[in-house]
Amino acid sequence: MKTFKGRVIAGGDWEGEAVVSRGGVNTLATFQKSAMANKKEVIASDQNNPDIYGRNITGKALCLPITIGSTTGGLVIQTVCQMKINPKCFLFSEHIDPLAASGIVLAKIWEDSDVIAVDELGAEFLSEVKTGDRIRVTSDGTVCIL
Amino acid sequence: MEYKMRLTEEERRIMEGAEGEVKAKIMKTLVMFGDIFGAERLVDVTHAQGHLVTSFGIGLLKPLYRTMDEIIGAGLSAEGKFTVDPRPLDYKNVKCNPLLRLVFDKFMYSKQSDYEEQLKKAGLRDSDAFSCTCYLNEVGNIPKEGDILSWAESSAVVYANSVLGARCNRNSGMLDLFGSVIGKVPYFGLLTDEGRKAKWKVYVKTTSKPEAQILGSAIGMRVMEDVPYVYGLDRWLGEDLDDETKAYLKDFGAASASNGAVGLYHIDKLTPEAKKQGESLILPDAETYVIDDAELERVYRSYPVMWKEGAKAKLAFIGCPHLTYSQLVGWACDITAALEAAGRKKVAVRTILTASPYVVRKFRDENADMYAKLYASGARISSICPLMYTNNPLTRSTAIATNSNKLRTYSVSRYYKDEEILKVISGEA
Repeated sequence: MKTFKGRVIAGGDWEGEAVVSRGGVNTLATFQKSAMANKKEVIASDQNNPDIYGRNITGKALCLPITIGSTTGGLVIQTVCQMKINPKCFLFSEHIDPLAASGIVLAKIWEDSDVIAVDELGAEFLSEVKTGDRIRVTSDGTVCIL
Repeated sequence: MEYKMRLTEEERRIMEGAEGEVKAKIMKTLVMFGDIFGAERLVDVTHAQGHLVTSFGIGLLKPLYRTMDEIIGAGLSAEGKFTVDPRPLDYKNVKCNPLLRLVFDKFMYSKQSDYEEQLKKAGLRDSDAFSCTCYLNEVGNIPKEGDILSWAESSAVVYANSVLGARCNRNSGMLDLFGSVIGKVPYFGLLTDEGRKAKWKVYVKTTSKPEAQILGSAIGMRVMEDVPYVYGLDRWLGEDLDDETKAYLKDFGAASASNGAVGLYHIDKLTPEAKKQGESLILPDAETYVIDDAELERVYRSYPVMWKEGAKAKLAFIGCPHLTYSQLVGWACDITAALEAAGRKKVAVRTILTASPYVVRKFRDENADMYAKLYASGARISSICPLMYTNNPLTRSTAIATNSNKLRTYSVSRYYKDEEILKVISGEA
């Protein structure tokens, strides 16, 4: 078991499965197809991100460095949280970027979402964690790869 | 709500609800957002005119419409008005078959007219203020150097920061409006001198002028959200921000912002801060990225082609971000000349050039013959957002060609260099 400590953006306790993107996750490109089709789950649709392309990320721990891409990103995160098809956790190895932060804040304040977000987990976290790993997140920002 | 930011008495009162629950929630959002980035305070928005990224009434964006209703219901609006990204539809110039039109009207953009009403009530400047290139002279939402903005739209933000020297973070949709309603934004990141320092030195060592869209893409994919300081472009662009150079930087920046997350770049000897502060803008431990012909080719070859095998282009989009006036004139000339050279009267694939309503009107008014010739070829000019048009299951199966790296990134469109897409349009490819 490996343990990492990050900064809590939106706290919570949770255990579940990881989906890992080594590169930045393009929020709009990743979520848009499923969200627009009103799907019950998000199948990552960014063809430029082979790490997660085609994977179901709803209810998972999305492990990533940061999000990238269009400035609709925050609204997209708010929307998938409102639709309750969001990844349960966003686990950032780096400092959270403004678009993802907007989305998490909008989801917390305007949607009363229980989405969890932890950032600054470090590069080692992202190199250790693999898609399919079991993850435990605690409300103080501790993330364990079980 | 616990917070770390230092607020004025007035800001604290607003957050505690003295001016209503909705304004309190808006203030809480700005403060919580700022706290995440260590912002010590809020600062006044000095360029009052905002720019919003969300222009499209997609039915499923329920949080957006509900929040807009709450803002309007509370009697709040953006006092300085705002421009907004392009509309998603234009049936006159971008024709749709009945099935696609049904999908757009009944499902995809079923809230478009309702949302436009909301935008008007919240402070939309005028009914033509729909363009991602709000900063062009014709559109007229132009900040001064040093101005603090509350804008979103990645391509507009990176342009305002880099080419105009204004100061704006890469805000998300909703946060753009919130800052305009409150008239304040959290002070961090690209608003600060320190946040505008370059973490990358990029050396352009190509043997010809690099395609703006590929160069921006290469840099975006490498530096992600960091600020690059780019050497060697003055060799190809000169040292003056003339119309042609601004258009180049518009496309370059849009690619860097969408293929990465660049919010500001400095071009040695060219962009305002680089001209004034030079290499003092570069952090001591900056990383290095060299771009030569081989690197550009590697990046270009890395773009996935999402068309079905053997598919041929059925539609070409040029103008994401929207074309400048000079670009529109240039493409109209190039397309009609290429058709003439190929012995064709009509374009080989349906071709849409996109520009702001103001630029389109100027082109039509000042180039009546060219406009008529272009239309006779079957090409069309629209103020649509190509990205929004291509975002649906039906057009996803259409082989769309584009010279926009942003459109390529967010759709299944295939990227072509300028000279290549001209061949596609003229049937020479």
